[in-house]
Amino acid sequence: MMTNAMATQASPVRFYDTEEHDHPEGGSTMLGFWIYLMSDCLIFAILFACFAVLGGNYAAGPSPADLFELPLVALNTAMLLFSSITYGFAMLSMQAGRPGATRAWLAVTAVFGLAFLSIELYEFAHLIHIGATPQRSAFLSAFFTLVGTHGLHVTFGLIWIVTLIVQVGRRGLIPANQRRLMCLSLFWHFLDVIWIGVFTFVYLMGVLR
Amino acid sequence: MSAPSAVVSPIFGRLSLDALPLHEPILVTTFAAVALGGVALLALLTWFRLWGYLWKEWFTSVDHKKIGIMYMVLGLVMLLRGFADAIMMRLQQALAFNGSEGYLNAHHYDQIFTAHGVIMIFFVAMPLVTGIMNYVVPLQIGARDVSFPFLNNFSFWMTTAGAVLVMMSLFVGEFARTGWLAYPPLSGLAYSPDVGVDYYIWALQIAGVGTTLSGINLIVTIVKLRAPGMTMMRMPVFTWTSLCTNVLIVASFPVLTAVLTLLSLDRYVGTNFFTNDFGGNPMMYVNLIWIWGHPEVYILILPLFGVFSEVTSTFSGKRLFGYTSMVYATVVITILSYLVWLHHFFTMGSGASVNSFFGITTMVISIPTGAKLFNWLFTMYRGRIRFELPMMWTVAFMLTFVVGGMTGVLLAVPPADFVLHNSLFLIAHFHNVIIGGVLFGLFAAINYWFPKAFGFKLDVFWGKVSFWCWVVGFWMAFMPLYILGLMGVTRRMRVFDDPSLQIWFVVAGVGAVVIAIGIAAMLIQFVVSFMRREALRDVDGDPWNGRTLEWSTSSPPPEYNFAFTPIIHDLDAWHDMKRRGHERPVAGFRPIHMPKNTGTGVVLSAISLVCGFALVWHIWWLAALSFLAILVTAITHTFNYNRDFHIPAATVAATESERAPALVAAE
Amino acid sequence: MIPLHRMGRALRLSALLALPALLGGCNLVVLSPSGEVARRQSDLVMISTALMLIIIVPVMALTIFFAWRYRAANKEAAYEPEWSHSTGLELVIWAAPLIIIICLGALTWAATHLLDPFRPLARGAVERTVAEAERPLEVNVVALDWKWLFILPEYGIATVNDLAAPVGREIRFRISASSVMNSFYIPALAGQIYAMPGMETKLHAVIDQPGDYRGLSANYSGAGFSGMRFRFRGLSAEDFQGWVSEVRGSAQALDRPGYLALERPSENVPARHFSRVDADLFDAIVNMCVEPGKMCMHDMMSIDAQGGLGVAGIGNVQRLAYDRGAGRGRALFPERTVVSSICTLPGPSAERPWREPVNPAPLAGAGLLRPLSSRLLPLAASRPPAIPES
Repeated sequence: MMTNAMATQASPVRFYDTEEHDHPEGGSTMLGFWIYLMSDCLIFAILFACFAVLGGNYAAGPSPADLFELPLVALNTAMLLFSSITYGFAMLSMQAGRPGATRAWLAVTAVFGLAFLSIELYEFAHLIHIGATPQRSAFLSAFFTLVGTHGLHVTFGLIWIVTLIVQVGRRGLIPANQRRLMCLSLFWHFLDVIWIGVFTFVYLMGVLR
Repeated sequence: MSAPSAVVSPIFGRLSLDALPLHEPILVTTFAAVALGGVALLALLTWFRLWGYLWKEWFTSVDHKKIGIMYMVLGLVMLLRGFADAIMMRLQQALAFNGSEGYLNAHHYDQIFTAHGVIMIFFVAMPLVTGIMNYVVPLQIGARDVSFPFLNNFSFWMTTAGAVLVMMSLFVGEFARTGWLAYPPLSGLAYSPDVGVDYYIWALQIAGVGTTLSGINLIVTIVKLRAPGMTMMRMPVFTWTSLCTNVLIVASFPVLTAVLTLLSLDRYVGTNFFTNDFGGNPMMYVNLIWIWGHPEVYILILPLFGVFSEVTSTFSGKRLFGYTSMVYATVVITILSYLVWLHHFFTMGSGASVNSFFGITTMVISIPTGAKLFNWLFTMYRGRIRFELPMMWTVAFMLTFVVGGMTGVLLAVPPADFVLHNSLFLIAHFHNVIIGGVLFGLFAAINYWFPKAFGFKLDVFWGKVSFWCWVVGFWMAFMPLYILGLMGVTRRMRVFDDPSLQIWFVVAGVGAVVIAIGIAAMLIQFVVSFMRREALRDVDGDPWNGRTLEWSTSSPPPEYNFAFTPIIHDLDAWHDMKRRGHERPVAGFRPIHMPKNTGTGVVLSAISLVCGFALVWHIWWLAALSFLAILVTAITHTFNYNRDFHIPAATVAATESERAPALVAAE
Repeated sequence: MIPLHRMGRALRLSALLALPALLGGCNLVVLSPSGEVARRQSDLVMISTALMLIIIVPVMALTIFFAWRYRAANKEAAYEPEWSHSTGLELVIWAAPLIIIICLGALTWAATHLLDPFRPLARGAVERTVAEAERPLEVNVVALDWKWLFILPEYGIATVNDLAAPVGREIRFRISASSVMNSFYIPALAGQIYAMPGMETKLHAVIDQPGDYRGLSANYSGAGFSGMRFRFRGLSAEDFQGWVSEVRGSAQALDRPGYLALERPSENVPARHFSRVDADLFDAIVNMCVEPGKMCMHDMMSIDAQGGLGVAGIGNVQRLAYDRGAGRGRALFPERTVVSSICTLPGPSAERPWREPVNPAPLAGAGLLRPLSSRLLPLAASRPPAIPES
């Protein structure tokens, strides 16, 4: 295949990395998780699109203005925003290398998250109680599905937070746990961004419509 | 179905003995055959004590090469099922004339064409394409595995679980009778109250999880794990097309997940997304599913464009003509594939401006595709073309695919589509591109990379038999459909009233039989090649005088792929190494960091399968329980931090000294 | 357009002449239809094919030629293993398909607007001149489970799986469906258009030659789909009058209860005639309110546009007397509900006769710029407009 003449002619070219070191473990995790979040974002995009198409189809039933209580939703939004801030504190503690504080802030985040979920469930229960069920109109189907999917994500985030509290407690802030905390951080702030979209497009614009 | 039992048992849900199709002789026979074959297979595995081997070396493996091979096996097995459906349809349509009802009733026939479409796209084409990408991409970029090896294993098993769920519908209950995209309101609860659509939904959802994760995995692998020196514009074309395909997967499968979730909410909760009453809008489903569906077409074909590029260049003994324009063409196709979805339903009555916009964007896609075709053509120009099997498939592809492309552009002209939409002309068109493009490409890929995967080439004689049967059979089976389409015959018909059509259906049926012989010849080819493996042995790892990195390692490659990561200086990296006289290091091996095998993927997918089955049959307690089990298993898995190990340098040295003589001798 | 039109005809002829041996026996109705609209569509098929063959044929020829010329055994042929780029060639490679697509794109844009099924055929649209006094024949089409219902409001008659139209007179179809999506297609007459429940699509066409043609559903709709065929006849004016009187001679009439019985699933239904039909039946079908007490879509939409009925409206639902889905299999959730109407409104068609102004521009190009509201989802636009606010 080759000729020796060519081989000697060419300047010494290295074709193999003989000094190779291990790839840092999990070096691609953040990129992978980011791409996952984008795919999740697309699911929300579809749900928003459905709400945009169906949001006005009340089927001669109630409209957002009849159903939504903005003060309650504002309180709800505050809970989620606070939980994002406290998650930020958890990350700062992680960077400072204080596992105890990290776990404490995670717990505070979980409490806020739980408060958010409880308020949302209360709202759902109220709507269903007065008969504004997801079955009543396409608008309500789209509303319950969009907000419910977000709530489901928050629920999984809560399970994840609890898992990490345990894992940090067991093993401390080892690189693997730090990576997980960073992924969850992305996830949690992502849910915040989605909620701002929900609050604006579903609740505010719904009531103002 | 008769027997309207609205009774839902708390323990078995909707599942009862009525669900077993004991009154369908065809199904009972099939079940008996499958059961006998299955029992025989299980007995053989037990007799030869292969269970432990399979579990340790394959099922739990996180090695991208083994997972790739398992994907291929899954795809080929499902091809047999999907093709059996095709033959049954062809037979029914060839018989059902002159007042004859054929041999299939509507209940059965409608399931068959639905299952054929679903299986061929989701459980044949997708696994085969994913399998090839899984096997080849890490080798081509000089990586030791994918970025997330466990996820890779998990993705494979989720795809398998989806396939198993579809297969279960054959013997327990029924499959959807809606066509492969399950348009509502027909697929809604009101008009499809039985379990068919639920099987469809959960099989696709479970498999979709695997596909999406595998897409993320391969994107990250290509972005992060390329060997030093391999810039984006030095990536082999197959890697480029794989990257674009996986971007498409990640950017389109969530849409499918979302729209199927909405459909299942309509069916399970009684929401009104796609219903006729209460403000629902069925057309939204059609739009959304095609926003996934059209990129899906390119998900299937793009990697094969990459395969043809590699094959043409290798077997012409020449650099690929117009690498840069090839890459840009791929990227343009990737983007444009999101702007054409409406051409699948011009006849829904969107305005003329909307229709012509989507028609013209569709035509625009043919420009980069045409450029690609010319690039392959000019790669052959002034080459030294060796007509090995992969190259034969490539030339057959080029001649077949242009016809499919032409009829495709024709269908993109809205007024022409009004007369050709939903006709057999359309059927002929998309089989022309999917068989002539995707399948021919897969066969080229299988013949091309088989020696790399197994260490011996495939038998040429049986390969040629398979090739000619497929090519001839394809034209025989689908040219009559083009003609029938022009005679105004539409798709999914079970019986016909015009006797003059019958001859064309008979010809098409004969064509399908010829294809069946092609499939059989391919299976024989595998067996014969295995028997003759010593004569066909690929000793030096480079049987075709290849140009890309996968040919620089032995066949089959060691589990770590490369003892030393190669450094890339040129697009055709291996060609460059051979040309400039690389010297393979024979000492100074270092320990290699590798991921450990794990059974979690198998367990998770098995529980998902149970969960899917329970949801199909409304067995709520089991669904809840298995969902909980999925959560617990996944969380438990995260408590295992001990997921990797090092292959000691001594082991690497031993492996390398074993394969070095052959590799060195070849140089 | 006329030269292209002629070209298409010539091409079609030559194509038909080229394949006499193969296709002699069969009737390629899509390429040789009997209606003006379908003929233009088939011209487009031929012209587009010819345009593409300009590039396809050389590619196929070159593929075979290169494969043969540069085979490994042919040592005579040039071999340049490192040659991989040529700017000039790249330009040609990209430009050649681009030029074809520009031509095809222009053709597509014009033809799509000219042959928009929603667009009424105007004078000059067809080669013969339609008598000015002659109004288009209106046909309301409903896809039922698994048969076609045709209502001819001008004559007050209705038929199942049987339709006739006078030769040379424009036909205006308004198309809807009762349960699931179908596609209304008479290959000899014009291209197809979906028939969708709760929506109305339109199709304009004219039959040029007397004859007996077949119509069908082109979109799968369930078990009885294969048998959803009907007979479509092109008749002379007198024969058409005869057909109308024949239908009028039927003893049966179609009212709302009759329709509700008719729409229940049945397969391979023979032709049926109804001498009388309720004037507002089709509007009720499109608005999905044939069932007594059910709120019509247009009422619901205008209520929704004004903000719905509030919390008080939640309970305004009723159980369905007859569940359409029940005919398709076992009903899981036996209780299906619909929104009840809140008051009895006069039948919509009584106030708003459906009449679209005839576009006087000839269909030969000048009418190209007729603005059409662009809409991905034709839902809102294709429904009849809501009742004007009083």
